[in-house]
Amino acid sequence: MKADLELYDYWPYRDRPRIVWPGGARLAFWVAPNIEFYELDPPTNPYRKPWPRPYPDVGGYSIRDYGNRVGHERQMRLLERFGIRGSVSLSAALCEHHPEIIDACAELDWEFFSHGIYNTRYTYGMSEDQEREMILDAMDTIEKHSGRRPAGYLAPALSHSERTMDLFAEAGGMYTCDLFHDDQPTPVRVRGGQRFISIPYSLEMNDTIAYVVNRIEPRRYGRMLRDNFDRLYAEGETSGAVMCIPTHNYQVSCPHRLAALEQALDYITGHEDVWVTTGREIAEYFLNHYYDAALEDIRRKLEVADGA
Amino acid sequence: MALDPEFLRYPHRRRGMDHDRYEWSQLHERGPVEWPGGARLAFWINVCVQFYPLNQRGMPFPTPGGMTMPYPDLRHFSLREYGNRVGIFRLLDAFDRFGLRPSFAVNGAMAERAPYLISVLRERGGEILAHGWDMNSLHHGGLAPEEESELIDRSLDSLQKAFGAENRGWLSPARNESPHTPDLLAERGIHWFADWVNDEMPYRFRAANGDLWAMPLSNELEDRFIFMQNLHSEESWVEQVCDACDFLLKEASVAGGRILSLNLHPWLMGQPHRIAYLEQALDYITSQSDVWSATPSEILRLCKE
Repeated sequence: MKADLELYDYWPYRDRPRIVWPGGARLAFWVAPNIEFYELDPPTNPYRKPWPRPYPDVGGYSIRDYGNRVGHERQMRLLERFGIRGSVSLSAALCEHHPEIIDACAELDWEFFSHGIYNTRYTYGMSEDQEREMILDAMDTIEKHSGRRPAGYLAPALSHSERTMDLFAEAGGMYTCDLFHDDQPTPVRVRGGQRFISIPYSLEMNDTIAYVVNRIEPRRYGRMLRDNFDRLYAEGETSGAVMCIPTHNYQVSCPHRLAALEQALDYITGHEDVWVTTGREIAEYFLNHYYDAALEDIRRKLEVADGA
Repeated sequence: MALDPEFLRYPHRRRGMDHDRYEWSQLHERGPVEWPGGARLAFWINVCVQFYPLNQRGMPFPTPGGMTMPYPDLRHFSLREYGNRVGIFRLLDAFDRFGLRPSFAVNGAMAERAPYLISVLRERGGEILAHGWDMNSLHHGGLAPEEESELIDRSLDSLQKAFGAENRGWLSPARNESPHTPDLLAERGIHWFADWVNDEMPYRFRAANGDLWAMPLSNELEDRFIFMQNLHSEESWVEQVCDACDFLLKEASVAGGRILSLNLHPWLMGQPHRIAYLEQALDYITSQSDVWSATPSEILRLCKE
């Protein structure tokens, strides 16, 4: 084990090359619905149990199935109402289990990025070959069912190896959602030297982290989303930031919670200088316009720090 | 380092579910359901009448709401008993005040522990769900099918004697099941159960000995989940329930009848500092137009048509 995988260099938030998003926008805003499939009886990974209760974990499994049976349609129609195209963090096997969900999202021109095969199959303990096989399988499956090869990756259940970024970049990936070190896109160092970046995805705005881990009340979650937006929008005048709301259909679409998201989306999209976009579009725009300047600025600041 | 090759094989990666218990179906694709009198929302309250033994086995895990201190954990034991002695009468008064007809999920052991309470429930005529034997007798894969069968039989027999009617509905203690629970329930004439939380409307659930119906009893709005697990305030519970009511009423206007279900525990909700919040929520819900106070069997009968 290492103290640091050295995926990125220290790069202070102040005095960076100014980012201006398309149309002069100061905030790139994207919503990332996780559309996941959890298996009722997966093989047990030696490093992490798939379910807290012994087989069958009826409560854990069935609330996640609720997300696909009940929640998805609600969230999709809500995003549609605000002109937001979702960037789907997709368990690739869902293409096979529930293709009508893929079709409905594709109809609305949503993006699909990879979230592994199942959210009950973790990266922990995989050999390099196994992880590569899993990453390629997910990308191939998503491409086959959606017509487009995914550009982004959120490792299944946020389970990683030391090589995850390297392998995804080698498979043709463009961006990762797994790093929470910044409010702007940043270059990510991979062994093959590919132009590979991190797009802010936000752990704290993630509904499952908010509702399950931090046990936050729905209305407080809605307020946090608006507060998060207000600050990033203000700072975006100096240099454009990214705000992401990662969601889960089994959390955010429950009848007692959807109003909180609805109010936040209404508030955010009601502001003028917001670029309502997708993960891939943010990644492409950053790579085309700011990636080189970012690398140069990082190098310069490291040299200054070294006293060179 | 490598995982067993089994870890990259996916035997159930196919259309539909990864098991055969029920069909894959999205709620919005099903036809609208109509409630009596043009109601939009069926309001189902279920009250759990439970016995938490002191000598908790914790098999296969400590029961949520159960004993947490070294034996004898009198604080939690007696506080759960409080619900059946004191709290439930506050709940019953509130239901009467708002004209509501809750169902009661009753542990079989309660029949001999509190015959007075049983007689009160019997006279009310509310629908009774079998709720296992007690909160120390979880249904789980570590039980032999004969052991689990005996547990179910004992629970059903006790309630049949106490209430004089056969039970058709079931709620497992801690909503936990063994791989065989649905089959054993169907074999004993249980018609519906409420352990699974993957839908907001009833759906057909396959069992080895005849199908069951899965009834939607929300876990996310349950008092235990919101107060004990999430540590939310009473005000927040009311807000969440009322927000759910508003949302479902609105959805029902375009999609057909919906169900608002509240699962309550007298040992939590029946506390003097909480009961007013239940009354506040009930007042709000019952003052909306098009809300139908319904029992689970009434709901199910209409959904099956």
